[in-house]
Amino acid sequence: MNHWLTAPVLIPLLGGILQTFMGYAPIALRRTLALATTVLLVATSMVLLTMADDGSYRAYAFGNWQPPFGIVLVLDRLAAFMLVMTSVLALLAHIFSLGGADEGNRQFHTLFLFQLMGLNIAFLTGDLFNLFVAFEVLLIASYGLLMHGGGTVRTVPGLHYVVLNLVGSSLFLISVGMIYSVTGTLNMADLAVKVPQVTGENALLVKAGGMMLLVVFALKAAVLPLCFWLPKAYASATAPVAALFAIMTKVGIYAIIRVYFLVFGDDAGELANLGMDWLFPLALITLAMGVMGALGADNLKSLTAWQVIISVGTLLAPIALGSAESLSAALFYMLSTTWIVAGLFLVADLVASQRGSAGDRIITAPMMRHRTFLSVLFMIGAVAAAGLPPFSGFFGKLLILMSVEPGPQMAWLWGTILVGGFLTLVAYSRAGSIVFWRTVDGHVETARPLKGTTAVAAGAMIALTVVIVAMAGPINRYTEDTAAQILDTSAYIDILQTPMVGEDD
Amino acid sequence: MELVFALVIGALTASGVYLLLRARTFPVVVGLTLLSYGVNLFLFASGRLATGQQPILGSSASYADPLPQALVLTAIVIGFAMTAFVVVLSLRNLADNQDDHVDGNRKQDEDSEEAKQ
Repeated sequence: MNHWLTAPVLIPLLGGILQTFMGYAPIALRRTLALATTVLLVATSMVLLTMADDGSYRAYAFGNWQPPFGIVLVLDRLAAFMLVMTSVLALLAHIFSLGGADEGNRQFHTLFLFQLMGLNIAFLTGDLFNLFVAFEVLLIASYGLLMHGGGTVRTVPGLHYVVLNLVGSSLFLISVGMIYSVTGTLNMADLAVKVPQVTGENALLVKAGGMMLLVVFALKAAVLPLCFWLPKAYASATAPVAALFAIMTKVGIYAIIRVYFLVFGDDAGELANLGMDWLFPLALITLAMGVMGALGADNLKSLTAWQVIISVGTLLAPIALGSAESLSAALFYMLSTTWIVAGLFLVADLVASQRGSAGDRIITAPMMRHRTFLSVLFMIGAVAAAGLPPFSGFFGKLLILMSVEPGPQMAWLWGTILVGGFLTLVAYSRAGSIVFWRTVDGHVETARPLKGTTAVAAGAMIALTVVIVAMAGPINRYTEDTAAQILDTSAYIDILQTPMVGEDD
Repeated sequence: MELVFALVIGALTASGVYLLLRARTFPVVVGLTLLSYGVNLFLFASGRLATGQQPILGSSASYADPLPQALVLTAIVIGFAMTAFVVVLSLRNLADNQDDHVDGNRKQDEDSEEAKQ
């Protein structure tokens, strides 16, 4: 039992509750407390990262109930990795929101912190039903955040997002019920023990349940037939919310890694590698779809939203191949692409604020204010997102390309990623040159001043790509260890033997 | 009992999906509600159907599985909250667009597009 594991859940929970009751407190106080909560969360996730790096599994059993009977939180390298990725991104997005995006709604910080809580539960939980609850917590906070901000533009995309996710939740419950009806457990470690023993008719039931679960996770991750809700929703969200939402698709990817490698992994008997042969082609088509969307985007925010879909495709293709190298490469790329996409959302908002009525639409307009600063940020972000050296996107893609073994899969993966990367570059060059270079006479009449907090937050978010390159050695070592740990499922099962408090008396 | 139960779940789910695919927010909300009823019953059935048995171990020779009951309870609470939210959102959509079409007021969109050009 390790009580540290509850910290990433309790800190945003308590901070969020505090914010709920201080809706009418001075905004400076609310901001300070909210930011303090996020800073505390970054510190805690760093502590958990160092703890998890010894390669052992730590479990926290709620109410001291022995798993599989109670709910457990499980910390391993993968969970700690996701926690750090989320909390760093959240801190910078949160700082950005202090520049004015948090005004107009007294509960912005509450929702933001509850969203973080939902994300952290999803990363830490070792129970399939608890994963459903975590999804609901983060979704209901995200519904509120998506609708945050003035005007009526968000109503329709928000409605689509909510209805689709409610259908997804129903599917999740159906698949959980199907799996439970056969295995009699929902604890992931126990499922990993029970699923390989399932045979005959029951195996078909579990298979149907597992495939439906994949549909649910694919909806969260925005894989092709289920990705059309994303661009409109993300492009209409306010900038810090869109930046935070960059992590939301990664929750789906995380759930796929967690459930499908552990429960339906190589050792799962009749159900080994369930769904992975579907995932590989779908991932490549998703990538192609994302590139097409990016080429056709008419504003910087939807360009970035399509970049989210491109990165989902790029991430899921190596994950579907399932070797240790490809998994490690995917995790490295996930860190890089999540932070860059979030940074691009923030930069797009800054650009929009400096161009008056042209906003972030990709059209010619009078020259914007602070063009040099913003264009450099955009260029670094675009280069990193398209996967050119010297930034982190290049190393991530290189690792993915090098991880596949020669064969038809290699041909498909190399072809799609390289051609897709080139066309993404075309999309960014087109957008960048029109927005930053091709100006018309006149001056911007309604430019808002560029605030220090927003500029620093966006700059830091983009600069993380340089940090990833500088730290590429340690990060790559960590992702390699993580991949090895994910594939060694026998160690995870030992969680079932976690000694409870007071048992040795 | 199994057959009736299965038919009820099937009917609820089928009408839920049908209503979900309608173009107005009101049928969509009703469809979501019916779908969640069907799902809750399905989840309940995953612990096997039994009458007159206690969900307590050792009280009788056979027992009803208590876990699906707990799961259904959680699912009902969450589903209820989500339905409340989607109702408010639909009303907001109606107020914003003077129309309860799920894609907003299409006619108005076209008008404003023309105004922009």
